[in-house]
Amino acid sequence: MPFVHKHLLGIQHLTASEILTILDTAESLFEISTREVKKVPILRGKTIINLFFEPSTRTRSSFELAAKRLSADIINFNQQTSSVVKGESLKDTVLNLEAMNPDALIIRHFAAGTPHYISTFCRSHIINAGDGAHEHPTQALLDAFTIRQAKKNFKDLKVVIIGDILHSRVARSNIFCLNKLGAKIILSGPPPLLPLEFKKFGVDIDFNLDRAIKGADVIMMLRIQLERQQKSSFPSLREYRNLYSLTKKRFRRAKKNAIIMHPGPINRGVEISAEMADSAKSVILKQVENGIAVRMAILYILLGGKERDSID
Amino acid sequence: MEEKIKARIMDSRRIKRVIHRMTTEIIERNRNLKNLVIIGIRTRGIYIGKRISRLIKELENIEIPVGVLDITLYRDDFSELEAQLMVKKTEINFSVTKKNVLLIDDVLFTGRTIRAAMDSLIDLGRPKTIQLLVLIDRGHRELPIRADYVGKVLPTSKQELVHVRLKEIDENDEVLIAEPQRIK
Repeated sequence: MPFVHKHLLGIQHLTASEILTILDTAESLFEISTREVKKVPILRGKTIINLFFEPSTRTRSSFELAAKRLSADIINFNQQTSSVVKGESLKDTVLNLEAMNPDALIIRHFAAGTPHYISTFCRSHIINAGDGAHEHPTQALLDAFTIRQAKKNFKDLKVVIIGDILHSRVARSNIFCLNKLGAKIILSGPPPLLPLEFKKFGVDIDFNLDRAIKGADVIMMLRIQLERQQKSSFPSLREYRNLYSLTKKRFRRAKKNAIIMHPGPINRGVEISAEMADSAKSVILKQVENGIAVRMAILYILLGGKERDSID
Repeated sequence: MEEKIKARIMDSRRIKRVIHRMTTEIIERNRNLKNLVIIGIRTRGIYIGKRISRLIKELENIEIPVGVLDITLYRDDFSELEAQLMVKKTEINFSVTKKNVLLIDDVLFTGRTIRAAMDSLIDLGRPKTIQLLVLIDRGHRELPIRADYVGKVLPTSKQELVHVRLKEIDENDEVLIAEPQRIK
């Protein structure tokens, strides 16, 4: 089924077949990044603005390269050097950028729902690059792409997502995405960071990681968001490490051919031991590589074809 | 859109003969066959390419590699399309630089596909030459492009549709002319 949305605001409202359309498109576009001349002309003349109100290495540069490999023009808006510091409101900032006639705005913001809000008064295609603790759709899509690369199929895969689920937009988008694709999801982490309400998303919860990880096909570690831990949701980093760090010993309980994923940036020695992060089972850098192909697919799908009426 | 089949232009025997004849022309024109590579344009150009590669192997005992080209990313009507097109894989596992490239498509019509294919090829490397082979040339060119090897010149009206069916993906080998039917 073709993808009919004007924006990419989250995974929650997509269907499995729309997700698979994105993954298939990404697979076709992957090869472009392996060429000597890494560029195709399809989005020539399109203008894209990266609008990031939060720091980012991977996502911003990944979108930038994705746009450039498709020949779109892209500019980066940086909050620190913009008029936001003079007190310009979000809406005014966006309206002024829109007056420059871009075709798409890629938005990261610390407040959940910002991309949706912007889509209510903008002409451009809006792409959510992470909003608060809500969603990070392109991360979930590149994770699904990476899983499919290793496992071929989602049906009955056992995926364990570990860590700070509460604050994690990556976890939310991944739960929606992998659920739709037919995987079995188990969440694990310290109780203050893993509310039981998550069960309503159709996942299992096990606070004991040694038990949760048993027989897993995919182990997805989340970053302990040290910047959001001022109020301290667990007694100490050392305790967290003892109970939830992915070590070689814990990894042995998973399936032999299990893969280790992490959306980055990693805290070596906290949620994952350096040894595991660098092991042959780790696909962390593959995730980064695949991210470009998946974001190329999103830009290609949203910006191609005639203007569509928004049905988001 | 409904359509009505008007005529069957070629059957499997004619297609076989035409491909055989074009293959001998290719062998005749390319003294250095070892420097030849075939690029088939999705979808049916691939299968014509594979048949020709197999025939060259039979006749001359030389392996000619066959690559697959998807031209979606090089189309010139991308912004005017009603819905987005599914882009498929380009699979060319060899270098085209300094090669004599034989580009293959099933039907030559406006020439826009071939323009896109040539731009795409040149982004992949610098071929020594590019030759074009088509099974059917139906006329109505919009760009200054012509084929080096033509299976059959088929005069058509602009509204008519030409369907090439190949047994690798269709039921059988045939070439049909059809006309779109307006539904009242």
